[in-house]
Amino acid sequence: MSVWLILAVNSIALGGLLFLLSAGFSLIFGLMRIPNLLHGSFFMLGAYFGVTLLNWQVNFWLAALISGLGMAAIGALIERFLLRRLGGQELAQVLLTLGLAFVIADICLMVWTGDPWQPTTPAHLAGAIQFAGLFFPLYRVVIVGVAVVVAIALWLMVDWTRLGAMIRAGVDDPQIARVVGIKVSQLFTLIFALGAGLAAFAGVIGAPYLSVYPGLDFEMLPLALIVVILGGTGSLLGALVGSFLIGFLYNFGQAMFPDLAYVILFLPMLLVLVLRPQGLFGRVVS
Amino acid sequence: MSGFGSRGAGIIVALILLMTLPIWVGNPYYINVASQILLFAVFALALNVLVGYGGLVSLGHAGLFAIAGYAGALMLQAGYGHLAANAAALVVAIVAAAVFGVLALRSTGIGFLMITLALGQIVWGIAYRWASLTNGDNGVNVTTRPAPFGITLSKADTFYYATLIVFIIAVATMAAFVRSPFGASLRGTRDQARRMEALGYNVWLIRFLAFLFSGFWSGVAGLLFIYYNQFISPQVAALQSSAEVLLMVISGGTATLLGPIAGAAIVVIMKNVVSAYVERWNLVLGLIFVLIITFMPEGLVPGSVRLCRMGWQALRARMSPASLRPAEKGPP
Repeated sequence: MSVWLILAVNSIALGGLLFLLSAGFSLIFGLMRIPNLLHGSFFMLGAYFGVTLLNWQVNFWLAALISGLGMAAIGALIERFLLRRLGGQELAQVLLTLGLAFVIADICLMVWTGDPWQPTTPAHLAGAIQFAGLFFPLYRVVIVGVAVVVAIALWLMVDWTRLGAMIRAGVDDPQIARVVGIKVSQLFTLIFALGAGLAAFAGVIGAPYLSVYPGLDFEMLPLALIVVILGGTGSLLGALVGSFLIGFLYNFGQAMFPDLAYVILFLPMLLVLVLRPQGLFGRVVS
Repeated sequence: MSGFGSRGAGIIVALILLMTLPIWVGNPYYINVASQILLFAVFALALNVLVGYGGLVSLGHAGLFAIAGYAGALMLQAGYGHLAANAAALVVAIVAAAVFGVLALRSTGIGFLMITLALGQIVWGIAYRWASLTNGDNGVNVTTRPAPFGITLSKADTFYYATLIVFIIAVATMAAFVRSPFGASLRGTRDQARRMEALGYNVWLIRFLAFLFSGFWSGVAGLLFIYYNQFISPQVAALQSSAEVLLMVISGGTATLLGPIAGAAIVVIMKNVVSAYVERWNLVLGLIFVLIITFMPEGLVPGSVRLCRMGWQALRARMSPASLRPAEKGPP
């Protein structure tokens, strides 16, 4: 298998992880207009929960699920008891989430020490599958598969269910939505919990690939940010396209220009900002 | 004009205290802490131009600070003189601020904040990953401090005085800026952007120029920093540094001159004290953010001023004869 193909497979796998991370970020940012600087911390803390569970011989998928649910609960508490009091005050929300992110980072450092944790790829995902005469590592393919399933599920939920319709109504005009009997506050808590849970889930299933270490939170946060700026806030399709674009840029940039890989990552974002500030798939807010 | 009189007296007392500080402090360690406070006060004042007066919250200012610092340090390492290195670093800082401004001012509010955050991370990425230029995580050493007019700044007290001079110039510039018509128009764009637009002001240009002004002083602070520390590493450009300076602005109270200075003092002292006992500065920093947002959203200085004023009024009400009180209040 050629180097380029390996890079491409890694890119798609990273893209899948980034989608799981940034879909929630995009919904929270785009729909609730909360600049959630905790999102990278959800990813990292979730990953730490996951590696701890894996250490206790919990099944890989079960660990990811438990960690995701736990983080969803924590996210719901943060939204309900801290962020909701600051409704509409963006600066206060930014500072609160940033402050909590520092607190979480330091607590993680205390509990899980500064050494990186890298769980082994679970045995049932360790092999490779053959397709069109080429071998693909199963684990990477599964990550992409999970991301695609989540993408479809989210799209169905937002665009085709009663819940999704209520969310969209709550976003477009919260006051009218409340008047017609939609519990907007509960919906927002739900979205925030969903975003937190997805980030944690991504953290766990990405752990054998990215490993977990201090600083992972503020490494993932800008990535989610770029994806959302690229794709357009609140757009799931945008998050999907943006994630894979960034996945490719990251891996190929790393291989071709190791010194500047991190900078290359931001170039399409700058381009989009200049040429199309609402993002590739963003709606123009009237 | 008793208000001006007391303010003038306050300024003179503060100046005397600041100028005699090395004499009554004595210990070089504490003089160095004072230098740190002054240099971060310059940085916080620079950020306050955008946050306080422009209503634009930047989370990428450590990037501008670090760009100037790195430019200066690398020029010095390459063998250029202090004057050339400083001039080049300030030019680089202004150019970087122009790039930041053009991109970030595509948006306001959260969008502005997120874009500046991303730009700050780019600078961090360059400092950390482009090792052939910036020496990566090992950082760049600055071996000498300048010696203007033959006075060496290598001692704690001489460096303190040099920092103090820059600080006073910065405060004076900021005071002039705030009172100038330009400062007023910047506040106008913060409070009523559309109305300003309708009145014929170029809102974008006003914000852009404010960004340049802020970038310039951030660069000055960055240069003071590398001379103080004699070392710069990617940590300086990290999001945490941007958050720290934002905390200085917010904790002191935005849109005041005294606020960022007090905030710089609070944060620097706290950081020194906390770091002396525990390694949990990040935890403390985060908790302070959360506590301030939850309990003192207007900032520490306006909050204390409000409390003092309430206390003073209560005191005066008790001292003065009861019969005079209704007359003081005037017609309802």
